[in-house]
Amino acid sequence: MTSGLWELVLHGIWVTIQLLVLSGLLATAVAFGVGIARTHRLWIVRFLAGLYTEIFRGTSALIMIFWVFFVLPIAFGWQLVPLWAGTLALGLTYGAYGAEIVRGALNSVDPAQREGGIALSFTPWQRMRLVLLPQAVPEMIPPFSNLLVELLKGTALVSIMGMGDLAFSANLVRLALQQSAEIYTYVLLIYFVIAFVLTRGMRALERRLKAGIGKQVGRTPDERLHAPETAGVGAGGASS
Amino acid sequence: MTWDWGVVADFMPKFWDGLLVTLEILALGSLISFVLGLVWALLMRTPTRFVRWPVGVITEFIRNTPLLVQLFFFFYVLPEWGLTWSALTTGICAIGLHYSTYTMQVYRAGIEAVPVGQWEAATALNLPVRHTWTAVILPQAIRRVVPALGNYVISMLKDTPILMTITVLEMLGQARLFSQQNFQFTEPLTVIGVAFIVIAYPASLLVRALERRLVR
Amino acid sequence: MKEPDADANPPVDGGELIRFDNVTKRFGSNTVLDRLDFSVNSGKHVTLIGPSGSGKTTILRLLMTLTKPEEGTITVAGEQLFPAPEKQIREVRKKIGMVFQQFNLFPNMSVLRNITEAPVTVLGMSKDEAAERARDLLEMVGLADKCDARPMQLSGGQQQRVAIARALAMRPQVLLLDEVTSALDPELVAGVLDVLRDIARTTDITMLCVTHEMNFARDISDQVLMFDSGRVIESGSPEKIFSEPENDRTREFLSAVL
Repeated sequence: MTSGLWELVLHGIWVTIQLLVLSGLLATAVAFGVGIARTHRLWIVRFLAGLYTEIFRGTSALIMIFWVFFVLPIAFGWQLVPLWAGTLALGLTYGAYGAEIVRGALNSVDPAQREGGIALSFTPWQRMRLVLLPQAVPEMIPPFSNLLVELLKGTALVSIMGMGDLAFSANLVRLALQQSAEIYTYVLLIYFVIAFVLTRGMRALERRLKAGIGKQVGRTPDERLHAPETAGVGAGGASS
Repeated sequence: MTWDWGVVADFMPKFWDGLLVTLEILALGSLISFVLGLVWALLMRTPTRFVRWPVGVITEFIRNTPLLVQLFFFFYVLPEWGLTWSALTTGICAIGLHYSTYTMQVYRAGIEAVPVGQWEAATALNLPVRHTWTAVILPQAIRRVVPALGNYVISMLKDTPILMTITVLEMLGQARLFSQQNFQFTEPLTVIGVAFIVIAYPASLLVRALERRLVR
Repeated sequence: MKEPDADANPPVDGGELIRFDNVTKRFGSNTVLDRLDFSVNSGKHVTLIGPSGSGKTTILRLLMTLTKPEEGTITVAGEQLFPAPEKQIREVRKKIGMVFQQFNLFPNMSVLRNITEAPVTVLGMSKDEAAERARDLLEMVGLADKCDARPMQLSGGQQQRVAIARALAMRPQVLLLDEVTSALDPELVAGVLDVLRDIARTTDITMLCVTHEMNFARDISDQVLMFDSGRVIESGSPEKIFSEPENDRTREFLSAVL
């Protein structure tokens, strides 16, 4: 491979990382907003948040991408820059999976903690901010870690729309070289390394957060079996 | 926003063709992932790490890299190696392989969730290893894993549109073809979007019901 | 021994502080409290005894608004707690503190912050003042050196003493004690009971106590209420209830637990 082709790949990595960070931020915001709304005391708030998650989890990430790229401009006249269109489609879809993680973690906080908050006259939002979220967030990290890897894999889908990400650069190199095995192997390895770095980082984060509330890292096999249904590609258990 | 039911009517015959292909991918892909996943899970329990280690690395690699790129790999590289499969066959094998690395984790958790006492009882009765697996451990494990496997079937359904990229005409492929021929994007894309929800939502309700009945 | 809350409480005037009128509480088809009437006077230390499932803990949970009754009214210091609009409930609730069987400390906060958080965020106390008071309270419960520890690093008895300090930091008029020693190892019970005895002796706080520790009940209570099937079947001074109970059910219950 020539250095020009490597430059193409490097640029692809950069686009993939940009897309990963932006859609990851949007997905996190959606996950917390919708996930907390699903524990709201008003049924209408819970219902709307539930509707959102069912719709976005029900359909495929790739179809969402097609929708944002082709239907939004025609139907609403919103022509988005490809990077933002990709961010929007991925962030909204993976945010819906994240919302389920947030809800599950909030529900798994010991109900006695909520009662402790009531006994001290905290308002519902104070209970959420001071008591529930600080305890729930460390529990969210392992499933979020899985979801983040799914999101990384999901970013490859935007290459179908012609966005110059890592997967797209692989296709360009294949066309230039008329030979596939080498470049696809490299690109798969690069994705694997990024995923590896992400999961290691999340594991370190989990250890730090759990130390903050005096808990041990690690899950029982039974908990892994009950891991919530996640992203377009599943997510299930922690990496081995 | 314009919506033309006439376009929907024109698209429907293509839609049914696409649905059939989607379901075919799903059925065969699931089958491959169920069988291959069990093979991985059992290999991961062999006593020698010369088996466990490579299996662990390969499955971890497949699980952590995009299905889309794997699909391209098989679609373009296999012919270079002299293997010429149809796009559909390649796609089904790739998606089955990809998901087998998830189902393997489900099987593993299911096997680990069988109480130690069951192994000890089998040893006490002097059952052969093979028999312990087939008569004692797996029947108990499978029961626990059915709902989790169901969740992955639903996930796989939502990944089938990716096969469009290697020219398979499943639902999204049909929608795109139709859109390009007729310059009508909204209707076909919305129809298949709704179709996915209509299939996936009841299926996930079914899985949740199964979970309540089988696992607790 | 300090008197941390003497200033926060009204003088013992013997007036009525808590009142249940016709309160019915059901869980599904199970009626836990059946048209219950009872009242507690300010400054009194009242112990609720009775077989498990007789509704004692439910009374505390109703007062803390952790659960709502199906019928009836609950009044605290002349203000209605139920039925009442959410805002009023929040105001009335500030007069009440609770110590739980399982402590319910917040594991994400240090011991000190467990105690200061509510005075700062709910009562609007300055951080310095709250911390100073928290230190006094910790000293009172004998844990002055544990300010920066995490709840998980403490023994059950220590956690429960922190929980008592946390409840007192809100200067409640009423302190609810729900089986506060049941989750403790036997050797840790005495330390917690000593702290409570001190509070009972040195403050005017009204205490409502559910316990299986009959000696403790005899020790601190002014009044003992015997519950059975959601009703008060006998009440009186501890001397009377423990030495010459009138009701057969009371006698049966006491002979089983003493």
